[in-house]
Amino acid sequence: MLKEGEIRIPSGCAISGIIDKKGKRFSGEEIIKSIALMHERSNGLGGGFAAYGIYPQYKELYAFHIFYDNLSVKSQVEDFLAKHFEIESAGSIPTKSVPNIKDQPLIWRYFVSPKIYMSKEEVIDEDEFTSRCVIRINKEDKGAYVLSSGKNMGAFKGVGYPEDIGEFFMLDGYEAYMWTAHGRFPTNTPGWWGGAHPFTMLNWSVVHNGEISSYDANRRFVEMFGYKCTLQTDTEVITYLFDLLVRKHKMPMEKALKAVAAPFWDDIERESKEVQNELKSIRTVYASALINGPFSIVLGFAKGMIALNDRIKLRSLVAAEKGDRTYIASEESAIKIICENPDKIWSPKGGEAVIALLEGENNEPKF
Amino acid sequence: MLCWKVKIMNLNFNSPLFEVIRDEKKCVKCKLCVDQCSNKVHLYDEKKDIFKVDDMKCVNCHRCAVLCPTKALVIKKYSLEYRENAMWTDSAIKEIYKQSQTGGVLLSSMGNPNPFPVYWDKMLLNASQVTNPSIDPLREPMETKVMIGRKPEKLEFDSKGKLTTKMPPQVELSVPVMFAAMSYGAISKNAHEALARAADDLGICYNTGEGGLNKDFYKYGKSTVVQVASGRFGVHKEYLNAGVAIEIKIGQGAKPGIGGHLPGRKVGEDVSYTRMIPVGSDAISPAPHHDIYSIEDLRQLIFSLKEVTRYEKPIFVKIAAVHNAAAIASGTVRAGADAIVVDGFRGGTGAAPTRVRDNVGIPIELALASIDQRLREEGIRNQVSLLVSGSVRNSADIVKAIALGADAVCIGAAALIALGCHMCRACVSGKCNWGIATQDPELVKRLDPEVMHKRLVNLVSAWNYEIQELLGGMGINAVDSLRGNRLMLRGIGLNEKELEILGIKYAGE
Amino acid sequence: MKTIDALGVYYRKLNDSIDSAIKTDKNITLSGVFGQRYIGRGLSKGVKIKIQGVPGNDMAAYMDGAEIEVFGNAQDAVGNTMNAGRIVIHGRCGDTLGYSMRGGEIYVEGNVGYRVGIHMKEYKDMKPVIVAGGKAGDFLGEYMAGGAIILLGLDLAEGEEIIGRFCGTGIHGGKIYINGNPDKYNFGKEVEKVSLRDEDIAFLKNHVDLYAKFFKKDLSHLKLEAFAKYAAVNKNPYSNAYCSN
Repeated sequence: MLKEGEIRIPSGCAISGIIDKKGKRFSGEEIIKSIALMHERSNGLGGGFAAYGIYPQYKELYAFHIFYDNLSVKSQVEDFLAKHFEIESAGSIPTKSVPNIKDQPLIWRYFVSPKIYMSKEEVIDEDEFTSRCVIRINKEDKGAYVLSSGKNMGAFKGVGYPEDIGEFFMLDGYEAYMWTAHGRFPTNTPGWWGGAHPFTMLNWSVVHNGEISSYDANRRFVEMFGYKCTLQTDTEVITYLFDLLVRKHKMPMEKALKAVAAPFWDDIERESKEVQNELKSIRTVYASALINGPFSIVLGFAKGMIALNDRIKLRSLVAAEKGDRTYIASEESAIKIICENPDKIWSPKGGEAVIALLEGENNEPKF
Repeated sequence: MLCWKVKIMNLNFNSPLFEVIRDEKKCVKCKLCVDQCSNKVHLYDEKKDIFKVDDMKCVNCHRCAVLCPTKALVIKKYSLEYRENAMWTDSAIKEIYKQSQTGGVLLSSMGNPNPFPVYWDKMLLNASQVTNPSIDPLREPMETKVMIGRKPEKLEFDSKGKLTTKMPPQVELSVPVMFAAMSYGAISKNAHEALARAADDLGICYNTGEGGLNKDFYKYGKSTVVQVASGRFGVHKEYLNAGVAIEIKIGQGAKPGIGGHLPGRKVGEDVSYTRMIPVGSDAISPAPHHDIYSIEDLRQLIFSLKEVTRYEKPIFVKIAAVHNAAAIASGTVRAGADAIVVDGFRGGTGAAPTRVRDNVGIPIELALASIDQRLREEGIRNQVSLLVSGSVRNSADIVKAIALGADAVCIGAAALIALGCHMCRACVSGKCNWGIATQDPELVKRLDPEVMHKRLVNLVSAWNYEIQELLGGMGINAVDSLRGNRLMLRGIGLNEKELEILGIKYAGE
Repeated sequence: MKTIDALGVYYRKLNDSIDSAIKTDKNITLSGVFGQRYIGRGLSKGVKIKIQGVPGNDMAAYMDGAEIEVFGNAQDAVGNTMNAGRIVIHGRCGDTLGYSMRGGEIYVEGNVGYRVGIHMKEYKDMKPVIVAGGKAGDFLGEYMAGGAIILLGLDLAEGEEIIGRFCGTGIHGGKIYINGNPDKYNFGKEVEKVSLRDEDIAFLKNHVDLYAKFFKKDLSHLKLEAFAKYAAVNKNPYSNAYCSN
């Protein structure tokens, strides 16, 4: 059977996210509980988490989480890493045996800093260099897959229900200021660990619910800018869209959101001349970045998270606030189970982002 | 008398193409057929009180049959057949008769009628089932507006998040459709008026073609694309500034590499006035623009037009779909074109040498797919708009074209059919009984712009609704998300190579 | 008279500054011109530009009444699709001079390149004229549909041809006057030599006098009645070329 990357596999899902805006770290217990409650939205063929703030001792280094199918591809990738990065630390990611989790790959973690002088043809920064190396490994080294590559963050995912995956990775032992989670309901069963969500790139992580209808328009758009959608999944292309708009094109996040969940032309016409011109320009230049069809996503990055629905709200999404925390989930119950009495709970409007950032941060392009 | 004529005509080995049959029982002798036929097929003998018919002259335009109040007339394929021969077909033989008689270059009208593959019909569209919802356009928002023009690679914002990029001019189309370039001269003034008014009502554009612009139509400027072709007829500063965009015509799908020639007999007072040439003078468009012998010269013309319009109009460049269309398109983008219009080899024409029309160029579907892909590989697709024309027959063709990568399409023949064209393909005679491809004032009068522009509005509105319906079925509510979305297409009856060029999978894959 | 230093200025900026300069002073001089394109594009009556240097291609494109005087040579496609106005070039000129021009006058002191006056056309009172002092390259007056080209052939070396090959191919309107008697072989089949009438002589005198005035030359020795006049055999040269299929 063809796996992600060889064929496009639509899937439905559950998503959940928690952030402490003061940056206070907390264990993975709550996010597991939240995503576990939405068990019915997954089908055991994929679960995963992104955790931010878990590696404070290595926060200046890129943390690579890598799946290997076998030892030979591992040594092949390690040769590549040694050539392009200083490896400060390497080791397998601790896991524990869980009855429902089978056929796990070799799961390794590296803390690295790029040897940027390697690239002679053009001046690129560390992020660009690192992202190109990640794309290169995922594309070229069969049997290896980099599941995350950001700083002070990591992704943990695999084939199984998310609560089992959480237990497998012993996420209750990690402390993060922000967690996002995903339970997957793919429409076929390749059972490949790399195909689970979240999808990440550098500090970006995306968990997403819904099958977007604009996939190939979005894919062919980002691929013009050097990305390679090797997985053919929605989360992958959404991540690249944000990476392109915010990191490469340096669009303010709020403007990037106007591109991916563009307001309707009719609504634009009602705005003031200046706003109209701006929104028109964004829609005109970034027409192919419009994400169409049903989606709810939680986009994680170092400074916080953004939750967004498609513009006609074809997927469910609930947000809540309690003290320093912001919660996001596909279903209200998945919030209430871990936060009984929120200060505020609401359903965000279609196309209107919920932005929850670490305090003292603004939404400038730096991510 | 007639008998003697036939004797002379015996030298002409050709037989009629059509046979006009009159049902005497139904005929009420109103003589409408006699009045209506500009080809003089129907004759009425007053003395004998009988109708005579000259089948040789019939082009099968249906005017008499459609207007006959009792439907007493039927036009059939003339039944005199040559002995069956897969190689020496009727037309192969008849063309030799014609040329051996006249010594002339064969001239045909409308698009290539030969049975080449129609790739639109070999692609099937997708629809949502379960994994994402289809959308009902009657009740939910559904956007078909497109912006045609140059796009910067990215937008820039200042430190306060305010947009600082100044956008290049765009043409806003409410529906991803324009009326293709058809010059005044090739078609009548009334046909032009119908196109202009329909475009204006619809929020789209029509295209003047290369024959200049009648002063009466300057008021439709916001819905007008003015064309600059090699003959530069009627091209001056005011004209160039009259529309919302300027199209440089390099080539035409029906006759790539060939110029144009409007014979002097079609240059009456009014055509003379808009083309700014003397009455009766031939209007010859050279094969190339004589200021463009190389790609950098195209840049020179593009920017001379930008200069004279103060950079306020997007410049389209229209090329015919030829073998290396992808490379040409790429060069055209780099030369500064804001939109590329690609016309496929089934595209229509008022007149083109038959051999050129039927043998030069490539199908638009393949050209479009390879151009879109090439521009993407070069990372410049997003900077330019891509329009296609030449065989777009209905809304499904449009949706397929956009999914392959077009921003919008241009329709020529389809628009003329809405105006009453019956595809008899005799435009070159200038005797169009429907008042479309003629400059004869008596015939032109038959096309009432008031009525006809509404038919065009109806057609495009109906198509727009169908486009929305198809988009909704795919779970898409803005046409932007269809553009280049080739996963929405699957091939049927195509070989590996065709699938590869179209960039689509086979049905079932 | 306002002077604009064009040295090193990109054409877009130069043309913009001409636009703003003529709002206050319609007489301007451009100095240090090196290849900037489209100078005078679309400019209207009343504007007078003097150019020092070598103006770039498409000078006076779509020009609509302005006057340009170039003190030096000009490049290709001068007067492209020009509608009205006057161009005087104190020097020689490149290819495709006066392509599709519909009105106005162009005077070139010296030689002109290939395809000069190609597809010139006339309409009612608009009758474009090109006067060149030297010789012309191939395809002079190709597709010509109106207007007039006058070739003076001054200072030709012994045996030097005044025109190249394929003169007037496809001509279906307009006139070509040549001070000489080139071999028929050099002309297209659509051209024929026609006899000079009194009004032709008057027309020639008018333009030759202006040429002499612009370039300060004494041309009293020119025998206008000895000029050869060429015109289209037929204004519908291709009417028998086709048969309807």
